[in-house]
Amino acid sequence: MVGRAQTHRLEKGGLIDRSAPLGFRFDGKTFAGFQGDTLASALIANGVKLVGRSFKYHRPRGILTAGSEEPNALVELRNGARREPNTKATTAELYDGLEAASQNRWPSLRHDMMAVNQLFAPIFVAGFYYKTFMWPAKFWEAIYEPAIRRAAGLGRASGVADPDHYDKAWAHCDVLIAGSGPAGLAAALAAGRSGARVILCEEDFVVGGRPLADGGTIDGMPAAEWISRTLSELAALPDVRIMTRTTLFGVYDGGTHGAIERVNDHLPSPPEHQVRQRLWRIVAKRSIVAAGAIERPIVFAGNDTPGVMMASAVRSYVERYAATPARRIALFTNNEDGWRTVETALGAGLQIAAVVDARPDVSPAHRALAAKAGFPIMNGSVGGVDGGKHGVRKITVSLTGGARAEVEADGLAVSGGWNPAVGLTSYHRGRPKWQNDIAAFVPDSAPPGMVAAGAANGAFSLGACLRQGFAAGAAAAQDTGRSGKAGTAPAADDEAFSLTPLWHVAGKGKAFVDYQHDVTASDIELAQREGFESVEHLKRYTTLGMATDQGKTSNVAGLAIMAAVSGKSIPETGTTIYRPPYVPVAIGAFAGHHRDENFHATRLTPSHHWASEQGAVFVDTGLWKRAQWYPRPGEKDWLESVTREVKAVRGGVGFCDVSTLGKIDVHGPDAGAFLDRVYINTFSNLAVGKARYGLMLREDGIVYDDGTTSRLAEDHYFLTTTTAKAGLVMQHLEFCRQVLFPELDVQLTSVSDQWAQFSIAGPKTRDLLREIVDPAEDLSNEGFPFMGAREVTLRGGIKGRLFRISFSGEMAFEISVPARYGDALARNLMLAGKPLGVTPYGTEALGVMRIEKGHVAGPELNGTTTAADLGLGKMMSTKKDYIGRVMAGREALVAPDRQVVVGIKPVDKTSRLRSGAHIIPKGRTPGPDTDQGYVTSVCFSPVLDQWIGLGLVERGRERIGEIVHTHDPLRGEDYDVELCSPVFYDPDGGRQRG
Amino acid sequence: MRIVCPFCGERELGEFTYLGDAKPVRPAASASEDEVFDYVYLRDNVAGQMSEYWYHGGGCRAWLKVTRNTLTHEISAVEPAAGVGARKVGA
Amino acid sequence: MKYSIFSLARAAFSGHKTWQRTWRDASPKDHYDVVIIGGGGHGLATAWFLASEYGVRNVAVLEKGWIGSGNAGRNTTIIRSNYGLPGNTGFYELSMKLWERMEQDLNYNTMVSQRGVINLYHSDAQRDAYARRGNTMRINGIDAELLDLAAVRKMMPFLNFDNARFPVQGGLLQRRGGTARHDAVVWGYAHAASALGVDIIQNCEVSAFVRDANGKVTGVETTRGRIGAGKVGMAVAGSSSRVAAMAGLRLPIESHVLQAFVSEAIKPLIPNVMTFGAGHFYVSQSDKGGLVFGGDIDGYNSYAQRGNLPVMEDVCEGGMALMPMIGRVRLLRQWGGIMDMSMDGSPIIDRTPVDGLYLNAGWCYGGFKATPGSGLVFAHLLARDEPHEEAARFRLDRFRRGAMIDEKGQGAQPNLH
Repeated sequence: MVGRAQTHRLEKGGLIDRSAPLGFRFDGKTFAGFQGDTLASALIANGVKLVGRSFKYHRPRGILTAGSEEPNALVELRNGARREPNTKATTAELYDGLEAASQNRWPSLRHDMMAVNQLFAPIFVAGFYYKTFMWPAKFWEAIYEPAIRRAAGLGRASGVADPDHYDKAWAHCDVLIAGSGPAGLAAALAAGRSGARVILCEEDFVVGGRPLADGGTIDGMPAAEWISRTLSELAALPDVRIMTRTTLFGVYDGGTHGAIERVNDHLPSPPEHQVRQRLWRIVAKRSIVAAGAIERPIVFAGNDTPGVMMASAVRSYVERYAATPARRIALFTNNEDGWRTVETALGAGLQIAAVVDARPDVSPAHRALAAKAGFPIMNGSVGGVDGGKHGVRKITVSLTGGARAEVEADGLAVSGGWNPAVGLTSYHRGRPKWQNDIAAFVPDSAPPGMVAAGAANGAFSLGACLRQGFAAGAAAAQDTGRSGKAGTAPAADDEAFSLTPLWHVAGKGKAFVDYQHDVTASDIELAQREGFESVEHLKRYTTLGMATDQGKTSNVAGLAIMAAVSGKSIPETGTTIYRPPYVPVAIGAFAGHHRDENFHATRLTPSHHWASEQGAVFVDTGLWKRAQWYPRPGEKDWLESVTREVKAVRGGVGFCDVSTLGKIDVHGPDAGAFLDRVYINTFSNLAVGKARYGLMLREDGIVYDDGTTSRLAEDHYFLTTTTAKAGLVMQHLEFCRQVLFPELDVQLTSVSDQWAQFSIAGPKTRDLLREIVDPAEDLSNEGFPFMGAREVTLRGGIKGRLFRISFSGEMAFEISVPARYGDALARNLMLAGKPLGVTPYGTEALGVMRIEKGHVAGPELNGTTTAADLGLGKMMSTKKDYIGRVMAGREALVAPDRQVVVGIKPVDKTSRLRSGAHIIPKGRTPGPDTDQGYVTSVCFSPVLDQWIGLGLVERGRERIGEIVHTHDPLRGEDYDVELCSPVFYDPDGGRQRG
Repeated sequence: MRIVCPFCGERELGEFTYLGDAKPVRPAASASEDEVFDYVYLRDNVAGQMSEYWYHGGGCRAWLKVTRNTLTHEISAVEPAAGVGARKVGA
Repeated sequence: MKYSIFSLARAAFSGHKTWQRTWRDASPKDHYDVVIIGGGGHGLATAWFLASEYGVRNVAVLEKGWIGSGNAGRNTTIIRSNYGLPGNTGFYELSMKLWERMEQDLNYNTMVSQRGVINLYHSDAQRDAYARRGNTMRINGIDAELLDLAAVRKMMPFLNFDNARFPVQGGLLQRRGGTARHDAVVWGYAHAASALGVDIIQNCEVSAFVRDANGKVTGVETTRGRIGAGKVGMAVAGSSSRVAAMAGLRLPIESHVLQAFVSEAIKPLIPNVMTFGAGHFYVSQSDKGGLVFGGDIDGYNSYAQRGNLPVMEDVCEGGMALMPMIGRVRLLRQWGGIMDMSMDGSPIIDRTPVDGLYLNAGWCYGGFKATPGSGLVFAHLLARDEPHEEAARFRLDRFRRGAMIDEKGQGAQPNLH
């Protein structure tokens, strides 16, 4: 790209690389800048003053600051899927080909139709919307709100998936330092020399902080040279890590800090296989906040005119970027530090139009400088600015004593003093305290292990920053047990800082406190008048400090004005609660790689790859992928496949991977006694070699989980859980074992992942199994009766476990083999079963067969049902204590009108039942009083050749045979159904025992 | 938040699962419905130092008794919870 | 002064110097018929309903800080009445109906926006559970629609349909659900209640209950002195256990921190309120343009009013899984509120065993949507000494009786609700 001339670029100087010119576009126009520029500095170098529009009034706005506190200069950076709304031009590093657009304007930045809002400004005061738009009620959603929403908002999100990747990482250190200014570098030196593991985070892409613009002398050398030497020394230390482009945004419990590293935001797009940003969780024993201070504006009429800029930002642009925001600049300051800007401007050959100093007096040295350079010093304050979208033209000064003066200028630098960056120290809800000499809040308390140093701690001189930083670094290292010699602290002069507080210059015209949200001084007065005096009410009523700059330039001024109008002191007025993150952080970074298919882990069953070869359709069950059914060519839908699978099992033999069940080995002499306490039924009397169905309650008497548990040896049980509760039951049992029943000699081992388990079901099960297990194993009804359980040897010598249990109601076994043999077992079952017509079946067929048999499962074990509700009340032992026993007896849990499990059959056999339909007595109008339950599980039963279901129905067991109504207004399907026994198939269980 | 597991050392919150107040003791089998109700449902819900159950499921599977300040989240002690919820002999 | 576009225009001529306080800055009197502890949405709504519906106007609302400083000012502003269990269903619909007339009732624009609430489902089991719930809603006269995948796609084409770990299959939609401007609800009730004579007393923290010889509560000791009361109502969710302890009560409640998040303001992107069914994430977009979102509670007892990173990450993971278009949108602010997590996930509105003391507690993370309904039924209880018919199941003794209202089926473990 070829850019136009950089009209506002100095011939020399600055930390830019003039050998690396970069082209970029802003609002479609082509410009040029250099490596080392930010978008803001490059725009300034090109003489661009108008960069954005404000939120409410769409006022023209320019660049106010040179950092992450910027309220005005927000752009949409990049294009297409990478478009980033609300990007601060002041922190966006320039790269070749950068594309940015102004936002919140239509049709263009220069001619924004929404600026018509300014005409309504007399009505659009703080909170005006709470007083109107109420009539007629329907108009809010239809008319008012859509209009407000369209007008509000700032930039546009891309609207399509973010193509970039984000990473998350952990880091650990002794001492974590936020900020690489003099205090931060001195802290790193002291801590590093002491032998501490140090991490220093700097949000900028260059290390050094304010001296990058303001210079200074440290240890007798220019600050730049000292920074460079210090970096060399730090690099030579064994464990000091400096992370640039990394902002510490929050501090959490246990010394955990959050930081965001903008790894590749300075490039058009991340290089292949690299991430855009990385979220760091840094665990530090001590942390030092050396994040500096933020210069604050003064509130006066027209203070938002493009060309009005913070004084320190003017210096940053001139010194660091060799870019001149104005040619003839005025300064409005209430403190000594603002005067640095005069020296910088003169040094760069700019004209000083005037210095307006609100302090009663200025030093003779300044007077001499003014005389030499030929600019007036005016005692007073700026009362107004002439100009508009083309920038500042003229400044009106209210002189002390009442006279007025006008100053021609094309820029105005403003310094209202400095606010220490107290955010990080206040994120644990600590409130900062007021310090009078600098008229600012400084940290009072901080999260454990954290201290502030330097300007962040209210120490504004270079000498004090170095001393405080060094002392904090040395102390932090000591605290973490590092006892090396820190040496001597770097030294610099303590320049004087004097300030006369000035927050607001009263006068005509809009005077902005919060630039981005268009909160004016009169809005704050209105808020006070209406009783929103608490700073939190003020914030919420006016939206002060809630913009993307998080109030960095506005909060303190706002509450100072509130203090003034309510007749309180600033400390009495107090601050709002500081909330992380310190700078806005991309949501994608918090998510990291956890998106798309990688949102959560995927667990595959031992037979997954085999099932996949078979063309199985998989279903998500928790984290598991389970085979849902195995479609065959020519089958028209899932129902046809599932029906075939069920018929194949009921008529021959099939198998299903049930490895997802939780499996727990319970060992020890008290294993039986332990199980007696966690199950409602008794297991201590279970014979070795037998299995039993068990039901667990929560302590509140509600059913928790079920499964079969087998006794493999006198002191060894094998317990199974449902898939969903595998981890939770283990946790619960460990709680019982460790915390409640420590006297029992029992051990628990989770073996869920150790065993592959298959259910083999159907009348030909034995024929198939005989091909799998060692011929010596007796599988006859006598040798291996129903509910038998024991270890077996498979052909080839593998040891497995075999259980004669049935979920399908057929003659069935479950067989376990070490998980690594699961795949081979599936293949062998298919191979050996080929002559028998063996059919693999999925979870759908499994579900059909359990409903036909009336077995309860997840939809019935819904966390609100009792054992009796499920028809299993008789299992509740009366001879022992167990978890949940007492609470299960509460009156409402044993009430006769509870909803209990019943079977449901449509009267018209062609009707299709649906889960979630409600049960209404026949002939009654559906309503809260006639709603008697609902359908929990349904299936098409191949055996009955119709849809059947289970339901929870009020007094259901007493009403078998009654015709009721299933009511499903959501899907518009209502049927007459018969309440019946939940066991639809083989009610006396002959098949499974056969 | 980080918990120093007595068996595994200092670990991140994500390895642990919270249960709740470790003060209630499970009543005897002979206890009344009222006593069990109290155990299961009523909580001091203290604002300040609280002893509570955490499960180190992402590590050693030990149940721990953690003493933590609910106002500040600061942890002052971590011990194995063995027997903490059990009725004491004679109690 | 009545609020309207006309009064605004008139005030504009005076530079808005004519506006009065939104609510009177009252000093405590010696005695009130009813003292309500807690100047949040529920407490202020209770006061307004007492004054407007039940004719009880000698009422004070005591707030230890500034009104709305608790959960009323720290939530994700969602309103809905899509509950599935008797007790909740009718109550939340009562509340929804009150939302629908709130602005006209209060002469304050609380920006009730019925943009629709959709709960997405990702499995057959979830669909069935939503079908059960949606049918319950319909049977109770509440709007509900079960959307299939095509309908969800049409409504929200920006969701991740194609390469999701848990693909969206459909959703349960309540079109009358939506959002409201949370702070405005507080101010609106304060404005309207104050106009009817209710004293709203800020910076007034209760330190003890005053009790007579029979143990009856007859007033409260506060940082602004003793205040006598015919009846005292507690509406201090988050601090219920601490205040109840002053009366010697232990509650089936734990305090937990719930975080919420807001992004930078962006142009309209998300039309409604959405909940992700395969993770902990729900989101809407405010009128100002910020995405307001949240997820699970942090999971441990806390009064710290701030959360930790793991849940923040978990919530953003859910957001990115559901709609990866928000990756470059920046999270602007994170905050934490303290929830009264009850033992069944449902609220308690009842007399207490202490005579003269009434309880409104246990709202878990659902208190905001309940605000007007809670105010009405609590006012009814305070005025009539018997539960409102739509709150008849929110009794304190339901846990003892075994009549829990457990929507999630998690039992007596508050952090799972």
